This record gives sequence, C-alpha cells and structure tokens, in this order.
Amino acid sequence: MLRANNIRKSFGDTQVLRDVSVNISRGEVVAIIGRSGSGKSTLLRCLNHLETIDSGSILIGGQAMVTTVDGHAQYASEKALRGLCLKMGMVFQDYNLFPHYSVLKNLVMPQRMVLGRSRQEAEQYAMELLAKVGLSDKAAQYPCNLSGGQQQRVAIARALAMDPEILCFDEPTSALDPQLTAEVLAVIRQLAVEKRTMIVVTHEMNFARDVADRVIYMAGGEVVEDGPAKDVLGSERSEAIRAFAGEASY
Amino acid sequence: MQYFNNPQALLRLITAMQDGFANTLIIFFATLVFSIPLGMVVALLRMNRRRIISAPISLYILVMRGTPLMLQIFAVYFAVPMLLGVNFDRLYATILAFSLNYAAYFAEIFRGGMLSIPVGQHEASQVLGLTRAQTFFHIVLPQVLKRVLLPVSNEVITLVKDTSLANVIAVSELFRAAKNEASRTASIEPLFVAGLFYLIMNGVVTLVFGYLNRKLSYYKE
Ligand SMILES: Nc1ncnc2c1ncn2[C@@H]1O[C@H](COP(=O)(O)OP(=O)(O)OP(=O)(O)O)[C@@H](O)[C@H]1O
Ligand SMILES: [Mg+2]
Repeated sequence: MLRANNIRKSFGDTQVLRDVSVNISRGEVVAIIGRSGSGKSTLLRCLNHLETIDSGSILIGGQAMVTTVDGHAQYASEKALRGLCLKMGMVFQDYNLFPHYSVLKNLVMPQRMVLGRSRQEAEQYAMELLAKVGLSDKAAQYPCNLSGGQQQRVAIARALAMDPEILCFDEPTSALDPQLTAEVLAVIRQLAVEKRTMIVVTHEMNFARDVADRVIYMAGGEVVEDGPAKDVLGSERSEAIRAFAGEASY
Repeated sequence: MQYFNNPQALLRLITAMQDGFANTLIIFFATLVFSIPLGMVVALLRMNRRRIISAPISLYILVMRGTPLMLQIFAVYFAVPMLLGVNFDRLYATILAFSLNYAAYFAEIFRGGMLSIPVGQHEASQVLGLTRAQTFFHIVLPQVLKRVLLPVSNEVITLVKDTSLANVIAVSELFRAAKNEASRTASIEPLFVAGLFYLIMNGVVTLVFGYLNRKLSYYKE
C-alpha cells in the first residue's frame, strides 16, 4: 500500500530523518511513537508531500511519488503528485479547519472542488460522516463554536470525505484534555475496527498498544523498532521502550 | 458671516461647488476601483520567491510610500507626457497617480493579511487536494479580507481627504472649488463648507465599513 525506502531529510545542517524505511499494508493500523524531536512529524509530512525529501523513495499504491536518481530525489509531475496525495489523508494536531466555513461546508467544499461531486452527493456524504463522528447536530455551526475535541472530529470527517486510502494522524489528541482525547480516540478506534489503513503518531501508549497492529519506535531520526504492537509494547518490550514510555504509564 | 446664517446663499455656494464635489467623488471611486485589485496583485508579486520579481516591487512600494503624493501627481502629469509624448487629461493623471500610490499602501496591508493566515490553512488545503488558485480564492482571500478590513478603512478615510491634493495640478475638485469661492467672496466660510463635505463622506465610509465588519463577523478565528 505504502512503501517508503531510505528516506533522508535535513533542515539546513541538522539531519532529521536518517535512512528511514517504512512499509504499510492495506488495512493496517501503525502507531509511530518516539521522543519529541525524533522526526515523527517530519516523516508523516514527507509522506504527505508537505516536506520534500533529500533522497530515498516513496511509493503509494505501487506508484512512485518520489524516487532517487544519482543520489537526488526526483518527484513525479505536479499532476501525478496531486493524484497521489489524494490517496493520503492527514489530520493535524491543531485541526486546521477552515474558520470561515460552516462544519458542513468544511466537508462539502473540497469534495466538490477536488472530486467534482455534486452538491447533493457531497452534502449527503458529509452528513453521513458527521453522524459517524457523532456531530450531526453541529453541521451548521462554525468551527470557532466547537470544542477542541469536536473540531478534531470534524477534521477527521473532512479527511474521510475525500476517501483516502491511507489516513495519517499527527498527534491528533495532544492539544486536548483527557476527556476530549477519549472522544477523538474512540473515533479512531472505530475506524480501526473498519479496517482503515492508518498511520498514527501518538504519545498515548495505551492507545497504541490497544489499537495499533504495528508500532514503530523512532529515535534520533531513525526507526529503532518496528514490529507487532504486542511485541514492541507488550511485556517483552525492550529496555529502550521501557525507558521511553516510563513504567508509570503502565 | 455670509453663508452660515443665510440658507439661500449657502445653497448657491453649494451649487457652485457641485462640479468640484463630483470630481472629488470620481477621483475617490476610481482610485478605489483601480488600487484595490492592483494592490492585491502587487502584494502577490512582492511575496514571489524569485528576487527578480520581488525586488523591483519592493522598490516600487518604497518610492510610492517614500515620496509625497503631491510630487507623484506632478510627476505623472508633467513628466510622463515628456517621456512618452502623450498628453494626459488632468483628471486621468490624478487618478493614475492616486491609484499607483494607494496600490502600494493596500499591497502592504494585503501582504500583512496574507502572512497572518496560519500556514496550517495552506497545508490543510494542499492535503485535501485543492489547487493553489482554489486555496487562494476560497480559503486565503476571504480570511484576509476580514483581517484587513480595519487598516483598509483607515486608508480609505485618508483617501477621502487626499483627493484635495488634485488641486495642485488645477483639477477642479471640491477643495479647489471652495478655495475659488473663498477668494471670490473674500470669506473663509466656503472652506468650512468643504470640510463639512469631507466629514460627511467619511461618515458614510465609516458606516459602510461598520456594515462590512458586521457582515464578516459571522465567524471568529
Ligand atoms: N521546518 C523545520 N525547520 C528546521 N528544523 C525543523 C523543522 N521541522 C522540524 N525541525 C526539526 O526536526 C526535528 C524533528 O522534528 P519533528 O517535528 O519531526 O519531531 P517529532 O518527533 O514530531 O517531535 P514532537 O513529538 O515534538 O512532535 C526537530 O529537531 C526539529 O527541531
Ligand atoms: Mg511532531
């Protein structure tokens, strides 16, 4: 489904990703954990073409978004990139809803502009998705009138409206208090049950252990561990993970 | 007192000044119509990553904001015909100078507005697959308009009063008409009547911006 090989990325002199390789299969839920600054967000942003990589390759559904020729990253054409990025969905830490649109229009406008759906079709689908995230009654509201948890659930619905094949989350709950966090995690959990392919950067260890099929532990811009959640976070977990997670969270 | 205690004389004075007032309105509206879109284009060019585009635009903004508008009016009216060999109507020259000058101010206001839109809005748009043009017109621009309303209203109020500068190349606008009447009748009252006109115009401008502000407050950021 998604294959990223030997990704390197620097900001100026600091190398943020050193030779990162990640494979995601269809229907898999992958949690990415790691200390602050380990490159988790950067990796996710590279996969969504919000950052350009220095070298390596990214294939989405077998199609190359970027490959490396003679040590230099070569991206696909702008048109191909747009098509590939549409297969990816992204939910940001700070929601990034469009404040001047109602909740409904946040979901409807991209469907119409990008996918060319009719108003009726787009609105019907939007209402279905709002029901799914438990916000049917907020369709006419503006984002500023919603709680953080509600805004994040709208953002998830908006991403789903574009029918992405892989949905990425960058710390979707780290701006929320525990109760709102639970609301949002419940939605993601439901999506996992539906076998959606997801990559979730998170600091919620319990959530990663319960919901993810696989856990990737990053440190210093490298993938240090990559395996089934029950191995990486289970009772057999490594010293590194023990130190990272802190025994208190178990 | 010749006018303020004599309604008939006042009416005659106003009639004598009405052509001047009409020209003032023409300069005002024409400048807005040209300078606001031009300002938006200048702002976008100023933000272009290529220095070969942004540097000359910076220079343009520096010159327009850094020299007196009065001088710019002279320059357009006298210097441009000398260089290009075409003669300008005084009113057109005024409108051209005003539009070029105000576009520079509006450009900086719009640029500030665009820079204040969180980068997340662009990233969300990109991730959803919107093109850059769609992002600009549907996501960025509407939010910028709300944010720049206050500084734009400041400029528009200044513009109302700046129209009087057109009298330096003998355009018969409101202030010049008032001055003529003042010297003809050896009274300063016509100047105060003109002042009242500017004040009323700005009262209307204030009302219009108040209305726009209410219209745009259907959401908060
Ligand atoms: N645009 C940028 N310019 C320069 N350095 C950057 C930029 N973005 C990230 N970095 C640096 O790259 C490193 C990795 O950042 P990244 O945001 O990927 O970490 P993270 O694992 O997501 O951390 P967190 O858990 O705090 O979100 C950090 O050292 C950060 O300072
Ligand atoms: Mg991060």
